[in-house]
Amino acid sequence: MIKVLKAGFYSSVQDKGRVGFAAIGVPVSGAMDAYSSDLANRILNNLETDAVLEIAFGFCAFEFLSDTTICISGGSFSPKINGVPVALQTRIHVYKNEVLTFGHNVFGARCYLAVKNGFLTTPILKSRSFFQNITQQTLLCKGDVLPVGTFTNNTDSSNTSVKVVKDHFESQRIACSKGPEFDALSASQKKVFAKQFFTISNDNSRMGYRLNEVIENALPSILTSAVLPGTVQLTPSGKLIVLMRDCQVTGGYPRVLQLTNTAINQLAQKKTNDTFQFVLKE
Amino acid sequence: MNKFPSYKPYGEQAILIEWQQCIDDQILEDMLRFKERIQKESTQFIVDFIVGYHSLTLQYKEPILNYKEEVEILQSIYKKDFTAIQNPRFLWEVPVCYDLQFGIDLEEMAQKSKLSIDEIKIRHSAKIYTVFFIGFLPGFLYLGGLDSDLYFDRKPTPRLKVPKGAVAIGGKQTGVYPCASPGGWNLLGKTPIHFFDVTQQQPCFATAGDQIKFIPISLDEFYQLEKEVAENKYSIPKTLVHD
Repeated sequence: MIKVLKAGFYSSVQDKGRVGFAAIGVPVSGAMDAYSSDLANRILNNLETDAVLEIAFGFCAFEFLSDTTICISGGSFSPKINGVPVALQTRIHVYKNEVLTFGHNVFGARCYLAVKNGFLTTPILKSRSFFQNITQQTLLCKGDVLPVGTFTNNTDSSNTSVKVVKDHFESQRIACSKGPEFDALSASQKKVFAKQFFTISNDNSRMGYRLNEVIENALPSILTSAVLPGTVQLTPSGKLIVLMRDCQVTGGYPRVLQLTNTAINQLAQKKTNDTFQFVLKE
Repeated sequence: MNKFPSYKPYGEQAILIEWQQCIDDQILEDMLRFKERIQKESTQFIVDFIVGYHSLTLQYKEPILNYKEEVEILQSIYKKDFTAIQNPRFLWEVPVCYDLQFGIDLEEMAQKSKLSIDEIKIRHSAKIYTVFFIGFLPGFLYLGGLDSDLYFDRKPTPRLKVPKGAVAIGGKQTGVYPCASPGGWNLLGKTPIHFFDVTQQQPCFATAGDQIKFIPISLDEFYQLEKEVAENKYSIPKTLVHD
């Protein structure tokens, strides 16, 4: 068991999400930066489907109520165990009553805490990912006690850690393909997409990132159709929304671009006022 | 009607299939039958289906390596005759209380149209609506078939909280809020039943292709049914639809 001493701004349990429930309008959800959460599970020899904690913007604390092994990945929020800094992407053995803290941000926007055999909150519709009106909880709260998998073998802690290329956090090149309505864009609109840098507004969440820039736009709305995590919508006001993991299953704004899986993971590590450009693959 | 749908790649691991751009029961039937055929034939790599008014999106488990070949497979499935298989479709009778206490926009709607409040209620509950798909929120049904005299523009500023069960009209559509949510639709009533409940085997009773009829109930009946729903004693009246 792991006890939440300080919940932070937006901490939630996440796994690979709810796939297969679009017919009843249920979003996919799942770890925003799936690359980092998968990596943490792999380092612990966990299953890919094991649930992790997603911690956005740091400032939280957890107490281990039993011995286990953990791995922290993704962005860095100065993780410490009993005040001693610990490395990312490595196996760390922790003992009962030790306290793990996350403080100020060094890089990235979200980090992942994986524990041996995963977090065992109740799965609903085949997933443990927190989502409003589906799971009982939407966010972690102070005092929560989270059940975790049984710690079996004492996998040694390791001094080696897996290096993640800085590009994953710093690249300003967000790869995408044409969205279903891309061809409805005018030549000058397409040029803007090819050249302009875009800025993440403060309206960014697990549902989507609104961007600041305004593009001249006369595209009409579309008949409501599928949207996916990574879909870039062009709204009537000319602003763009990049949909993220908790997005709705359908939408009515033209879908101009579609981010690659890698690009969604990279964008998940960006925050308010970060800038980037779209790089269209043919 | 353009007989064959068109195909577009949608990112690395999805294919968007589109029909003619209109809201039409025949297109819905064609989409749903195609979906059923694909489910029978090749579900191995397809993990989810997203239905829209005139579109069917297939989500694959892995990135699609050969898009052209995949489309050819789908086209051949489309051409096969599977008229024999069809999932059952139901007509659901959904109780709605149109009392002004819940229908807080009814007075404004009556002022904006030529209809009286009573006429709005009668017309809204007279139609049989088709469930085109479920989106926006878990359990939010996109219904086709609203009386054109009941088209009301969305409110200029959305309400921060529309209550769960609110029955509303937004533009040319009518629907029920399955949970409390911000929303800009005009509210004309409330249903005591759940449109989305994760504690049930089937969290949402309806599926695309089903039909909905709203049955007007009094305030007393509303509270009675609300109690029965809370005690899990109520089941929504339904009839099997043959076509």
